[in-house]
Formats: sequence, structure tokens, C-alpha cells
Amino acid sequence: MTAGTTGATKAKLRLGDRIFSSSTILAGSIILILLAAVAAFLVVQSIPALVAKPGTLPNNASNFWVYVWPLVFGTIWAALIALVIATPLSIGIALFISHYAPRRLAQTLGYIIDLLAAVPSVVFGLWGIVVLAPFLQPFYTWLVTNMGWFPLFSGPVSGTGRTILTAAIVLAVMCLPIMTAICREVFLQTPRLHEEAALALGATRWEMIKTAVLPFARAGIISAAMLGLGRALGETMAIALVLSPALVVNFFLLTSQNPNTIAANIALQFPEATGVTVNALLASGLVLFVVTLAVNSVARYVVNRRKAFSGAN
Amino acid sequence: MNLKRYGVAVAILATAAISLTACASNEAAPAATATKTASNLTGTLNGIGSSAQGAAETTWIAGFQTGNPNVTVNYDPQGSGAGRTSFIAGSADFAGSDAALKTTELASTFVACAAGSSAIDLPVYISPIAIAYNVAGVTNLKLDAPTIAGIFKGTIKTWNDPAIAGQNAGVTLPSAPITVVHRSDDSGTTQNFTEYLSANAKSVWDAPASQTYPYPVGDAAKGTSGVAAATKAAANSIAYIDESGAAGLSIAQLKVGSSYVKISAAGAAAVVAASPITTGRAANDLAIALNRMDTSKNAWPLVLVSYLITCQTYKDAAKGALVKAYADYVVSPEAQKAAASQAGSAPLSTALASKVSAAIATIK
Repeated sequence: MTAGTTGATKAKLRLGDRIFSSSTILAGSIILILLAAVAAFLVVQSIPALVAKPGTLPNNASNFWVYVWPLVFGTIWAALIALVIATPLSIGIALFISHYAPRRLAQTLGYIIDLLAAVPSVVFGLWGIVVLAPFLQPFYTWLVTNMGWFPLFSGPVSGTGRTILTAAIVLAVMCLPIMTAICREVFLQTPRLHEEAALALGATRWEMIKTAVLPFARAGIISAAMLGLGRALGETMAIALVLSPALVVNFFLLTSQNPNTIAANIALQFPEATGVTVNALLASGLVLFVVTLAVNSVARYVVNRRKAFSGAN
Repeated sequence: MNLKRYGVAVAILATAAISLTACASNEAAPAATATKTASNLTGTLNGIGSSAQGAAETTWIAGFQTGNPNVTVNYDPQGSGAGRTSFIAGSADFAGSDAALKTTELASTFVACAAGSSAIDLPVYISPIAIAYNVAGVTNLKLDAPTIAGIFKGTIKTWNDPAIAGQNAGVTLPSAPITVVHRSDDSGTTQNFTEYLSANAKSVWDAPASQTYPYPVGDAAKGTSGVAAATKAAANSIAYIDESGAAGLSIAQLKVGSSYVKISAAGAAAVVAASPITTGRAANDLAIALNRMDTSKNAWPLVLVSYLITCQTYKDAAKGALVKAYADYVVSPEAQKAAASQAGSAPLSTALASKVSAAIATIK
């Protein structure tokens, strides 16, 4: 592609180039230093909790891993439910914007979705408590009475509606903007020729999307989902406000006893924490750090592996 | 593009409007200070601590700064534990705490205090804790401690349980299940509520008193406002909550001794005033050993006491004078009254207030 520029002699470095390249190097290294500083802080602060004697940890946990396990479970469980809700929804919205909606409407809708990203999470939390939870509670009661045989929906039903499902719905709404934006961009990048070829072969619009757009966008959809997952894993305030937490590990969606998430637990317990409890909370933060890192690495791996088969190249 | 730009502008304006309103509401407390003498105090005080005291501190600060225009007082309601830790470390000039300093904490070195001087606890904020409920058609529920313990432990599951019905003859109670709402964050309110139950209903409430809610029962919500919102939103629910947050909910009468008592600020203050001071502490350290079994007339033993924690002698004498003036103002009748109307606390009784004033007079 770049045949014309091969074999060029080394270009003269101008002052502007130097300044610019060193400032980008500086910016790049600052992010690494920051990350290293946060990790070091967490590790140092975590040590007292990791070696704590039984009886000193919060919740009478016998060791740190017993303490943190329900929180890790809750974090991943809530984020997964949120993802299950948000992924199809964001793909749908993105497809509507990129392929179905009239242009003006698509633009407006795009802006509205972007605005959703600007709403602070505490507002989503308040909306969850004041509007969503009371609104959903009757549906939950119905589900438990009529579908209680299905393990996820077994009772007793929460009287306030502040269940992990409500929290996950709030999380899903919060993940939507970033996921939709990425999906939309990727869908719009589908080569025009692929689409037209599919249509020319007699495909309907849905078949065209199925055969040309979605395969092309698969890697993009996965990275969108992973970014959404990252957002869901770290979300604090909305969960702290909406969820009714307890010290449990279960898969029930509609009861009052829900596993808490790491970030929300830190927000809830930090103000009144003293001694080893503070270290235990920071150590749980370290665990969240590691979990998020793992999720992102897996996402990178999946995206890189899928790229080759996506038909994009 | 344009629309997006406008959207951002609108968002910024909205955020600014919200944050400005927030500031304004903090400072709207009444300036009811009687400026007796022109103040010549100057300086800045930083306090950290209890969020329960937060609203009262805001009121007090507004009043104190009106009387002493050259003094700036900041109070950061990070929580009692954070307040005590920061005070010990010297990063706060005073702390607000829902619990008195522990003996282990008293043994530590207080960075801001003069060498050899320790810290003292001054009870300045009393809040009755209400048993608030939301049951359609029921407004005058009566409960005794074992029944409350049963409800909050989950052994009494429905509103028409004989234990509740037996105390409420003539009240039509629904057969609906009880939705218990409790705090999801560690709090002094939970500590005092569980203390009350483990003192008065030991056979049912077998968990020790703690800041964390001990039983896996009911819904949990964040903070007083979260509990209030959840209780209001859910039918047939019940919660323990600082009385200031119970507006819009019915409050149960509590069986004290042999009669049922309505919640009252005076009853709560009386229990605190009648309770002994914890022994084995410094002379001016007024940590109160609350008598949860107080059965005198109209007593409300389900009460939270929050302390102002200061040094007995400050390293910096000027700081000491400032803290002394501020603490003096806080226990004054007008400041206590202002907190009662703004934060829903119970004013200190005269007897206790004079005891606290005597302790404050020794701060240097």
C-alpha cells in the first residue's frame, strides 16, 4: 500500500516533532505510573487483611477469602445479568440507528443515547429506588407465585423490589450508551459492497444484516460487551443505593437476600470502618482490580482471535 | 454536532444548578445566634465524623459562624470511625462519633493534643430511634421489645401474628407478610437499635450489639434516607430509623415498663440524662452508659447519643480556645433548639447540658 515511501532517508527531526513525541511518551508513561501506584497502594494496604487472624475480620469471616468470596460472586453475577439484558438491547438499538431508522431520527436517537452516558450513576441509583423498584415489585410477586418452580425465580419475593435483578436492570441501562455507540460505529463500517452484494443476491434487509453486517461486526460486538462488562463490574453508587445486600451466595433473582458487589460493599462499609476492616475493604478492592484486569485480558484475547474469522478482511 | 454541543451545555448547566442548590440548602440554616459579645476569635476548625450528626453540625456551624465571623468551621460527615481515626492522627481538630472513644483508642497518642493530655467525649447530639412502619389503615401500632426483636429477627413473619395482635386489640392487622427494612451500611443507628434489643429481649435477640445488622432478614437500604425511601415504597414494611427520617411513616409505640409510650424528644433526652457516666475514665470524659432498661414515665430508651470528641488540652492553645468556643456554642440551648428543628434531634436536658458545659470549661 505504501510503496511510494519505501527506502526514504531518515527524516530530519524538527523541534516540534521532538516536543510532540516526548509529550506523548510522557502521557503514555503517566498512565502506567498511575496504574502501578494504585496497584502498589492496594497491595500494601491489603497485606494486614490477608494475614489477619480469625475473629478480626468483618462478618466473622475465618479468613480473607471467605470474606471476599460472596462479594466476588455478587460482582460477577450482577454484571453478567446486566450484560445479558444490555447486549441484545444495544445491538437492537445500534442496528435500528445504523440500518433502519430514517437519518434524522437516527441522529437524534444517537444523541439521546450519548446523553444517557452523561447521567451520573447516583441519579440512576435514585431512579432505581424511587421509580424502578416499586414499579417492578408487583411483577416480581407475580413471577414468584406463578413461576416459582423455576430456580432463578424462587421466593420469598422481596417486599421492596430492591433485588439483584432491579440492580442489574439499572446497570444494563448504564452500560447501554457505550455498548450502543460502539456497535453503531462497527455496523456503519460494514463494507457497502458486502451489503449491496447480499441485497443483489436477493437477501431481504434482515438476511443482509445476518449475512453481511453481523459477521463483520462480531469482534466489535464482543469488545462492546466487554467494555460494558467493565463498566458494570466497577459500578458503585447505583448498586449501593438500589441493591438490598446480604451475606449470601445464591442465584435467586427476586429475593431480599442478594449477594453484594465489591465496589458497593466498599462504599457502604468504608465510612464506619476501623482497623483491619479498612484493610479488608481495600483488599477486596484489589480483588476487583484483578478481576477487571482478567476480564479485559480475556476480552482482548477473544477479540484478537475472532478478528481473523470475521470476514472483515 | 450542534445538538450534541447544546446537550453538553445543558448538562453542564443542569449539574451546576443542582450543585449550587445543594450548597444553598446547606447554608440556609437559621442564624439564630445571640451575639452577646463581639467575637475576636479567628481561625479554622476542621471536624470529621458521624453522618448522623451531619445535619446538626451544619446548623451549628452556620449559627457559630454568624456569631464569630472570622472563624471557619468545616465538618465532613465521613462516618464515626473515620472521624475518630482522623482525630487521633491529628488531621481533624475534633471528631463527631456515634460511639465514645474505646479504651484502646484512648490509650493511643493523640497528635493534636498536648503531651500527656488525652481526648474527652462530650455528648452533644441525642436522636430518638423510631420503629416506623407502613401498613395501610394502621396508625397506632403498639409493640414491646420481644415482639420487635421477633419481627426484625424474622421469627414473626406476618402482621396478624398473635404476638402483634395480642398487643393491639381492636386494630385490624393484615395477613400480609412483614417486609423488614434495615440498614445496609454499618451505622450507629443499628448499633443502638441492637443494643436496645439485646438488653430488653435477650431471649429472642441472641446476637451481640453491632454496627452491622446481624440477621439475614429483610431488605437492606443505604443510610437513613434509603431506609425511609424503601419503607415508604413497600407496603406492609417496618424499619428502625432515626426519628428525623421517619416523616411520612407511622411510628409504633414502645412498651416501656408496663405502659406504652409515644416517641418524644423529651423522653429520649431524659433517658440520656438519667443514665450513668461510664466509670474508669478521665474526669471530663462524659461517655454515657445508656440505661436501655429505663422504665420511668415517658422514657424512650431506644435512643442514639452522638459525641463531640475533643482534646482535654490542645497542643496549639489558639486551637483549644476555638474548639472550646465552638463546643460551648453547640451545647447552648439555642444551638440545641436549632438542631432540633433542623435535624430532628432531641435537645440535651438542662442537667446534662450543664454537666457537659462544665467539662467544656476545662478544655484548653
